Amino acid sequence: MNLEFSEEARAIGDQARRFLEKRDCRERARAALSGEAEPDVELWREMVAFGWIGSFIPEEYGGNGAGYEALCVIAEEIGRSLAPVPFASNILAGEIILRSGTQEQKSYWLPKIASGEMIGTLALHEAPGRISADAITLRYENGRLTGRKCPVPDGAQADFAVVVARDPDGSIVPVLAFFDETVTRTRQPTIDDSRAQAELHFDGTPGERLGSGGSGAWAELVAALDRAAVILAFEEVGGAQACLDLAVEYAKTRHAFGRPIGANQAIKHKLANVYVAVELARSNAMMGALGLLSEQGDLAVAAATARVSAIQAFIMASSESIQTHGGIGFTWEADTNLFYRRANALALGLGTESYWKERLVSGLEQRHLA
Amino acid sequence: MDLEDSPEEARFRKSVRAFLDANATRRDESAEPARYYEVDEAKLGLARAWQRKKAAAGFAGIRWPKQWGGQGLSSIHEVIYQQEEARYAVPKGVFDIGLGMCIPTLLAYADDAHLERYTKPALWGDEIWCQMFSEPNAGSDLAGLTTRAVRDGADWILDGQKTWTSGAQFSDFGIVLARTDFGAPKHKGLTMFFIDMKAPGVEVRPIHQMSGASHFNEVFLSGVRVPDAQRLGEVSDGWRVAVTTLMNERLAVGEEARPDIEDIHAFLTQSDGGKAPPMAEQAVRFRFADWYVASKGVEAFRNRGLTKLSRGEMPGPELSVARIVNAEKLQQMSRYAVEMMGAGGLLLDRDNPQANNPFQLALLAAPGARIAGGTSEILRNIIAERVLGLPADTRADKDVPFREIARGAGKSPRKGETV
Ligand SMILES: Cc1cc2nc3c(=O)[nH]c(=O)nc-3n(C[C@H](O)[C@H](O)[C@H](O)COP(=O)(O)OP(=O)(O)OC[C@H]3O[C@@H](n4cnc5c(N)ncnc54)[C@H](O)[C@@H]3O)c2cc1C
Repeated sequence: MNLEFSEEARAIGDQARRFLEKRDCRERARAALSGEAEPDVELWREMVAFGWIGSFIPEEYGGNGAGYEALCVIAEEIGRSLAPVPFASNILAGEIILRSGTQEQKSYWLPKIASGEMIGTLALHEAPGRISADAITLRYENGRLTGRKCPVPDGAQADFAVVVARDPDGSIVPVLAFFDETVTRTRQPTIDDSRAQAELHFDGTPGERLGSGGSGAWAELVAALDRAAVILAFEEVGGAQACLDLAVEYAKTRHAFGRPIGANQAIKHKLANVYVAVELARSNAMMGALGLLSEQGDLAVAAATARVSAIQAFIMASSESIQTHGGIGFTWEADTNLFYRRANALALGLGTESYWKERLVSGLEQRHLA
Repeated sequence: MDLEDSPEEARFRKSVRAFLDANATRRDESAEPARYYEVDEAKLGLARAWQRKKAAAGFAGIRWPKQWGGQGLSSIHEVIYQQEEARYAVPKGVFDIGLGMCIPTLLAYADDAHLERYTKPALWGDEIWCQMFSEPNAGSDLAGLTTRAVRDGADWILDGQKTWTSGAQFSDFGIVLARTDFGAPKHKGLTMFFIDMKAPGVEVRPIHQMSGASHFNEVFLSGVRVPDAQRLGEVSDGWRVAVTTLMNERLAVGEEARPDIEDIHAFLTQSDGGKAPPMAEQAVRFRFADWYVASKGVEAFRNRGLTKLSRGEMPGPELSVARIVNAEKLQQMSRYAVEMMGAGGLLLDRDNPQANNPFQLALLAAPGARIAGGTSEILRNIIAERVLGLPADTRADKDVPFREIARGAGKSPRKGETV
């Protein structure tokens, strides 16, 4: 047993951190917030070129096979830097194709993600509410998609999507579709405009069923969400750590009543609590990563644990970081603004805290039945 | 990063399992919770017998040097043993302080003759140790203690009062922190010793604690003669020695006390007379998920600390995390469980308290968990100052000769007495 990342993975993390610092990602995120949210595709391609993103994709499909450890440390650095890149969208599309695709589909689509040539995404959500198969109404009939999806991460800029649809029998089918002229895409303003979301209308869009068919499509999709959740948990841990670092730094330098504000226990204990939450989240995320690495089925409980812990830590760290900064933390220009938005956006984008808590408890139930 | 055992670790795990299967009951088949809320003579006997079995089988002192009766294995082996043992109902809580804190302090500071004499009986459950640090007026502010040690030829004479000393009533030996220089600033005039609890002048008086048990005690030291050879570390360097002890404490006390996350899971999922179990309700599922996340997070966090230890790195004050989280969780979970019982949660089954009232007992014991081993406030201070590097609290008594420091009054555990 070894519960620390390997030397190689840590070296990749350091490299990514230095690179993302040089690219001044927080400024890019701030700019995206003030203007129209565009995923920074150029920055994304640079990151892809380092081989960081394709690490979870096997070599035969254009990845570098470096494995999940590398992807987890990259996710953490993306979270820390706030890079406005199409991360979750590509990971989600990639994971689902990797798990459910036929040999042919994997050979066709995965290299496009691994090379950064195309941006893929997952079109899942329709009406507000918890993720569930019942909520899927978009139709897939005679090879064509008809209906609405919203919000879709990076939906306005992506080139293709895995669209979760329902066939005439009522079964859930994931469908691969390019965004051609039959798809109307409208960018949507969100609580975190440094990451883009869109509303998509499909009007007879041609698409190909992902995988070889069968009744297990929804279960496979949910399992792919588990995998993506572990990776997103690292992004959240990175963001939470950055918030803690900002707050600690400020608490040491800002003076009130003749001493640093961080000399007051109300601040010290608050930040100690944030530290506890971040360390628990990091530890839970690492257990999730071990689950990914070991490829031993039942990832549900570990992934849900990682995700709930990470949501809680990032929300708490970003809120308390603003509080520690006082008025300056509440300004548009403050980094704390960016982190608070990102924390809340990430907490909603891939199954909410309540979805994952339910997944955790029902996962334990299944384990006890087995 | 991996969860796999190396072939050697896998062999070790197998031998641990074989040992446990042959000698202990799995916890799901046992009515006895692992951590006793009350230790009486019978329980003490069981705990000693279990410790002896472990030692005989080579599962005691896993990380200690072989020379002193340990196994000379790594922290990973320790984790493996703990992982496996956690699935069995075995006596706990009697040897934790001795083996987790006192003997490790001896290992760092005692001479070979003493190690030869004391480590093995402690490991085999023949001798029990306690830790006498706290005093009526020195708890969080431990360095403010006033127990006095005065040199007398080849010996020291100890006078003073210790309190909250867990297990003193059945201990054979104990480590004591005392003041040898009242003219020095408070951290600088302390010296560590170990004493024989049966020595003349040592008087132990049990304290009736709020949980109903009497685990901890007052210890009065009146002219207790201690050979200089029983000094641990240099004269006036006792604070540094105490920090070693407390560091080990943080590692030792991080384990989740019972009822733990599995106990509450079993409780919430069990259905009573055809009724739906509490876990059928959404609100209950969400509350449980919070504790599960905290529990697993702490477990993984501790294991990360032990991974560090196995690479020769010292675990830092960040280990306070486990103590902070587990104590608060214990209090919340036990409160929630009795709430699920409705008015029935009021009742205690006196005839079989261990088996039938784990949550009621935990409810009444949990407040102590937030105080023992450093209060949660002090632990948060430690994290803020030593891990995050925030400014230290203002210390009015810093650099002042100890005898000039103002001291307030404490309360005696017995009505009508002051300390
Ligand atoms: C079950 C149990 C077992 C114990 N076993 C042992 C043992 O075996 N050996 C031993 O030596 N001791 C033992 N103790 C004693 C324990 O270490 C002390 O009780 C503890 O350190 C607190 O000291 P105190 O009781 O004097 O409280 P105080 O120090 O008087 O604290 C009172 C309150 O003030 C707060 N406080 C104090 N200073 C600060 C500060 N700087 N910042 C913020 N808040 C502060 C505390 O958090 C607490 O809430 C045990 C205690 C318990 C409850």
